[in-house]
Amino acid sequence: MTTPSLASLHGNRACALGAIAAGCRFFAGYPITPSSEIAEQMSREMPRANGVFVQMEDEISSLAAVIGASLGGAKAMTATSGPGFSLMQENLGYAAMTETPCVIVNVMRGGPSTGMPTRPSQADIMQARWGTHGDHPVIVVAPASVQEIYDETIRAFNLAEEFRTPVILLYDEVIAHLLESVVLPQRHTVATITRKWATGDETAFLPYAETEDGVPVMARPGGGHRIHVTGLTHTQDGFPTQKPDLAARATQRLLDKIEFNRDRIERVETFDTEDAEIVIVAIGIVARAARRAAQDLRAAGIRAGLFRPITLWPFPEAALREATAKARRVLVPEMNAGQLALEVERILEPDKVARLNRIDGEPIGPGDIVRRIRETAA
Amino acid sequence: MNDLMQPSFDVKDYLRLQMMPHFMCPGCGHGIALRSLLWAVHELGIDKNRLAVVCGIGCSGRVGAYVDANTFHTTHGRPLAFATGLKLARPDLTVVVITGDGDCLAIGGNHLIHACRRNLDLTCLMLNNEVYGMTGGQVSPTTAVDRLTTTTPHGNAEPTFDACRLADAAGASFVGREVTRQAPALKNVIKAGLAHEGFSFIEVMSDCTEIYGRKNDLGESPEMILSQKSDMRPEAFGNVADEPFRPNRLRAGVLVQRDRPEYGRIYRQRAAAEQAKAKAKP
Repeated sequence: MTTPSLASLHGNRACALGAIAAGCRFFAGYPITPSSEIAEQMSREMPRANGVFVQMEDEISSLAAVIGASLGGAKAMTATSGPGFSLMQENLGYAAMTETPCVIVNVMRGGPSTGMPTRPSQADIMQARWGTHGDHPVIVVAPASVQEIYDETIRAFNLAEEFRTPVILLYDEVIAHLLESVVLPQRHTVATITRKWATGDETAFLPYAETEDGVPVMARPGGGHRIHVTGLTHTQDGFPTQKPDLAARATQRLLDKIEFNRDRIERVETFDTEDAEIVIVAIGIVARAARRAAQDLRAAGIRAGLFRPITLWPFPEAALREATAKARRVLVPEMNAGQLALEVERILEPDKVARLNRIDGEPIGPGDIVRRIRETAA
Repeated sequence: MNDLMQPSFDVKDYLRLQMMPHFMCPGCGHGIALRSLLWAVHELGIDKNRLAVVCGIGCSGRVGAYVDANTFHTTHGRPLAFATGLKLARPDLTVVVITGDGDCLAIGGNHLIHACRRNLDLTCLMLNNEVYGMTGGQVSPTTAVDRLTTTTPHGNAEPTFDACRLADAAGASFVGREVTRQAPALKNVIKAGLAHEGFSFIEVMSDCTEIYGRKNDLGESPEMILSQKSDMRPEAFGNVADEPFRPNRLRAGVLVQRDRPEYGRIYRQRAAAEQAKAKAKP
């Protein structure tokens, strides 16, 4: 049977099913609202799929266990929310530095601190980009529907494996708990990518070789390539260095690995932007309100469109410039005090950009966006 | 196999010689600890390809890089958590964790107690040199009372942790302790820990001559090593942070060994049962 099935799922459930379809066979996590359903689902599914679920003692150890499992060869994932994501930041940097594929789900809730655990927010946009210390590459994907959570979870694993890097799946509490119809493809029809394993000569093997695509092959423990993995700045042989030229090269390659592969990483959705005088830039549930707002404005004779970065980081700069080429006004509505707007203002003329922010734990509706556009673009 | 029948142990067979000279200070006990570990690995016939050594941060954290195996230098305090993921994903590997007194008992204390409780088949060597050596000699959870460190300039006022007692209380199914002064005895405890199915915690009494010894006038390396079983350590198993600098009753060897189900085995059994149930469904 190759026909896809239709299921009614909420976002967190779709995330777990997407992970399993992508080949995830290890999950470590720690309970936190509003992400816990992912862990619960994985605790049921992993044993059936011949994988492992483990509830760790905190979020620090959760990501540590995920990285350990991935270094052992498993596709691995954890899921959390803002406070737990903060605890994961050190090991997130370790995964970036050691080039260990893994997926970290952050279901955003109101903050800072414990904030409003059951209320949505989009206030971790910058934490996802800059949360860990040091110059590091990052890939963040931001789905906006339950179907897209399923699809983007699979893509997150594929990106993590292809580019040997942690990938963050970032979405708000609204779509985490939104119940929608999802088309679930037959498992064998899902296109999955698995990291390249080292084969051949063990003595000359360089675990962090400077390859053409910037992504070195991995050594599987037990396969004979006995390598050293360290969070210290290391040379191609994997051992630490403090030589300025080698250190600069190592860090630069990490950054270039993502930068030079933007065309394979970036994904955006545009809606009616071709002739748009007003372009709304939004992610997650806000993007869905924005789409409705754009339609309402069109009906009222204002040429409005939507630009939605599905790959949030690296931010699709060129696509944004193209989509806003004819716009006299760009509005960035977001459920925070202004984070996505910072990036949009950096890329476009700042005077063109207007903001709409909500930090009260309530989602932004189409009406809010229409009103704000009428205020700022008149 | 009779000891005499075994191919002789040459530590060089287990080291990455290209990494020499090593970076440890003269007189540091960590080299003896590493040699004892590799000796035990040799005697048990563990394949280097199937050996994983997971380290944290600090002097103890740097030891792993010298081992010709699958080595992981992780984040501060977290090697037990990394090792938990690695061992669960790859039960075929022998996973050894090398950590220090600060790495394991301070920043990583939470992971230690849960690793003891979970009883996954890991062997954890905590190299106890009573001090944060890498960062210049600050007080650690095992620094003896009244000792001088760079952050206890007037003498340490905090009581010390008895790591073995802690591991025992948290449910470790194997707890051992040995001094670097007696490498064969240390090798034997590590060997017993590696052979034990479940979480094995081994405290290795190492020494930090250059920083801690010098600061406290404890003598050169030979004096420090010789004093390991006499007056150097105020703490003893089941006792006595309140008796600084007294001749102690430091107990060594295998302190605890109990028969508890190993976590990985239990998990895989339950998973197999779950899969069988799913298969049986029409």
